[in-house]
Amino acid sequence: MASIALAAPAPQARRGFSTLLKRKHSVLPGFSLALGYSVIYLALVVLIPLAAVFLKSSTLGWEGFWNATTQPRVLASFKLSFGASLIAAAINVVFGLIFAWVLVRYRFPGKRLIDALIDLPFALPTAVAGIALATLYANNGWVGSVLAPLGVEVAYTPLGVLVALVFIGLPFVVRTVQPVLEDLEAEVEEAAACLGANRWQTFSKVIVPYLTPALLTGFALAFARAVGEYGSVIFIAGNMPMVSEIMPLMIITKLEQYDYAGATAIAVVMLIASFVLLLLINVLQAWTQRSHQRI
Amino acid sequence: MSISVSNINKRFGGFTALDNVSLDFPSGQLVALLGPSGCGKTTLLRIIAGLERADSGEVFLEGANASALHVREREVGFVFQHYALFRHMTVFDNVAFGLRVKPRDQRPSDAEIRRKVRDLLQLVQLDWLADRYPAQLSGGQRQRIALARALAVEPRVLLLDEPFGALDAKVRKELRRWLRQLHDELHITSIFVTHDQEEALEVADRVVLMDHGRVEQVGTPDEVYDHPASPFVYGFLGSVNLFHGRVDGQALRVGEHALELGAHDLAHDASAVGYVRPHEVQLLRDDGLVDGGLPATVLRITSSGALATVELSRPESPGERVEVTVFRDTLRQIGVGEGDRVRLKPLRVRVFPAEAAASSNSSAAAPLAA
Amino acid sequence: MAGSAAQSIARSWFSAPDVSRRRLATSEPFWVRAVLIALALAFFGLFLLLPLAAVFAEAFKKGWSAYAAGVVHPDALAAIKLTLLVAATAVPLNLVFGVAAAWAIAKFEFRGKQLLTTLIDLPFSVSPVISGLIYILLFGAQGWFGPLLETYDVKIVFAVPGIVLATVFVTFPFVARELIPLMQAQGSDEEEASVVLGASGWTTFRTVTLPNIKWGLLYGVILCNARAMGEFGAVSVVSGHIRGLTNTLPLQVEILYNEYNFVAAFAVASLLALLALLTLGVKSFIEWRTARAGSGGNSGQQNQFIERGQP
Repeated sequence: MASIALAAPAPQARRGFSTLLKRKHSVLPGFSLALGYSVIYLALVVLIPLAAVFLKSSTLGWEGFWNATTQPRVLASFKLSFGASLIAAAINVVFGLIFAWVLVRYRFPGKRLIDALIDLPFALPTAVAGIALATLYANNGWVGSVLAPLGVEVAYTPLGVLVALVFIGLPFVVRTVQPVLEDLEAEVEEAAACLGANRWQTFSKVIVPYLTPALLTGFALAFARAVGEYGSVIFIAGNMPMVSEIMPLMIITKLEQYDYAGATAIAVVMLIASFVLLLLINVLQAWTQRSHQRI
Repeated sequence: MSISVSNINKRFGGFTALDNVSLDFPSGQLVALLGPSGCGKTTLLRIIAGLERADSGEVFLEGANASALHVREREVGFVFQHYALFRHMTVFDNVAFGLRVKPRDQRPSDAEIRRKVRDLLQLVQLDWLADRYPAQLSGGQRQRIALARALAVEPRVLLLDEPFGALDAKVRKELRRWLRQLHDELHITSIFVTHDQEEALEVADRVVLMDHGRVEQVGTPDEVYDHPASPFVYGFLGSVNLFHGRVDGQALRVGEHALELGAHDLAHDASAVGYVRPHEVQLLRDDGLVDGGLPATVLRITSSGALATVELSRPESPGERVEVTVFRDTLRQIGVGEGDRVRLKPLRVRVFPAEAAASSNSSAAAPLAA
Repeated sequence: MAGSAAQSIARSWFSAPDVSRRRLATSEPFWVRAVLIALALAFFGLFLLLPLAAVFAEAFKKGWSAYAAGVVHPDALAAIKLTLLVAATAVPLNLVFGVAAAWAIAKFEFRGKQLLTTLIDLPFSVSPVISGLIYILLFGAQGWFGPLLETYDVKIVFAVPGIVLATVFVTFPFVARELIPLMQAQGSDEEEASVVLGASGWTTFRTVTLPNIKWGLLYGVILCNARAMGEFGAVSVVSGHIRGLTNTLPLQVEILYNEYNFVAAFAVASLLALLALLTLGVKSFIEWRTARAGSGGNSGQQNQFIERGQP
């Protein structure tokens, strides 16, 4: 190996960047330009600004960081954000599966409309969703006025946060599960039926295990989105300290108090959570793809 | 356990998949449903299994009407064309599935399930793969696991949909011998669907030939090969030469020549087509002394192994080709080469009315001479 | 009689696709289907339809003239103008990046490709608020470049450039993540053939690659644009909320809402809701279009379906 590598060092050195990275020769042009531009743009717009957060927080020192992130009000916001996001993602898994199931398997009026509008939470600006939900669930709103006599208050409570997060996360589960369900061959279910399994057994022992990677991926995506969500939540949350303040709002609050270091410390916690989730999602997606290779 | 179907009809939109099909499958036999794609054979198999519902007609299992039974209650073993193994389960769990989903009061104990699965895996000679996942198996191994899984619930009948369709040629040959042996051991009534005539003739006790949703012929492999009941069956089971002519007593007049016929029920002077298999033609050197037969010229000789295929043309219909298969030794003995003039003497000619022959051409494997 | 007729209609509506043909053995009982569909419809109505309806209902609560007054208010018009300006800057920037990144990633093999692909998705997993915060940390008065910018009297945060930057960040991956899988699936055979036939790189891209990716490109641009015009959190952090100057449409909605000027808030919001509906419409059209192009009548497949009895 070494001798082969030594045999032709000169032209390699001359062609530099392109040869250094490229594993395979290609006749197509534009590699250096396209990759170079992409990497520089990525660094300028995304990587350097993100690095700024970590550098800024390091000026706090370990103790400062700890103090900034363990204030009771901040801790309460962590608890609310992570807790509500978990519950919302779980609700989305259940209803996302139901939506994917009826959209793939059944025929009913309005199906195409539903299929198109499932993505509404992606497309509707979060501020619009936020004021609409707040108005609906306020005590004099369409839904709130029905719930209020039952003693259920949604707007301006943690329950309102949950409602907004369920709204925002639904498409993630539906759109992850839907294509996988479409791919499930009818024969596999028929095989289970031939072997004597009833419909519930086929569902729980054959279909659910098959969908598990996709369901988990959808859960993680919905959870990740919910943790960072801001616009659709703040209008309905009421933003009471210790009760209904979410993490992104804490960052804004700190910024408004010119406590940049404190805001950055919270941001670091959120970013680390995001990166862990991103890693998890990548692993889950690889698993989903692997388990779908047709055999 | 016997299976029979009576007057089954099935349409998909405007497409007739099964047209009044009635069949009996005797107990303990291995029967092949053979036909070109789209002939309705898979649909019939799925109706017997209960995976598809017939528009009309009945399915009887062991004499009892099973038409209304759900697939779960029919106790059939079904092997799918693409196996439909559960990819998230090991081989062991796949085979055990049918036992584990039984109602609690009928479910065998864990130990018994383990023993039974081991036995089945031994039967299909794959007990060393118990802990693998389907994705880690070869095509032939998956096929055998699918079979073991179907057998685990002790089905009353075994239904196989193109069981060798997704395998390469060599594995396919091995597996079909193995399936035949397995059937001889188990004697479970089995039906398998195939479009491969060689497979059907080699493996099955009886062959059901189907075309356009209808049953064309039922019989043992020898019967259907030696005595095809229709032009379609003739064309589908191997190559065939066609000679157009008119019936003249016990002969078929082809141009100014006559071919001797066996028993037939066609009217005198009826327009007819003679069907002759390539290996059922005697080839004689035309030295001016030969009497009878059809004159022809050798165009090309291609040999493979001990056999040679001789391609000829007849002066009366220069566009058509006749194919004759002979031993290469025979060819050498009579001293025939390319460009030589010969006489063709069919040893066995089967005639069908010209209309019947024309209507079958659309679906039968293309005959050598149209 | 009426009851049974209604039920038979219901059965034909809420049926599994082609029950008789396909899933005889594997379909659910009628009541299970009905319950599942009812659940989906109820959830859909409550969580998706109702909020959408509320936007328009609130916007028109006091009639057409109040609605129109909200929309043509000078502050609203300024917000519309700024929103269009921001989208018109951010979308082309990310379009160029998306095409370049997809070209490098899909057409070449190189070290670190997987890492690059993951990094491109990064902005999606960052909270919008943090996406704004990072630019405050860089360009704010206390930021790294703050003193420098002050010296030359350049304003980035609490001004239009900051809004554009934050928008570029949150819409960064849209075009790239649409194009990468598409171009990977298409391979580079056609481009190689074009180069072998003597076409230059630019000609190859324009005449071979671009026609193949145009729908995917449009799809990415549509989604990118929707997010660019609708972004709230990130823009909110860097904008400074100066009326008529640094308020985009979503920020205008917030301000009006917080001032209890609900009709005007929802009137402006209704514009954004219409944009969302338009986006979904175009998106559905592109999906329908590409699905149709992908399944151009394959007779061989048709036969197989009939043979297997599974249309």
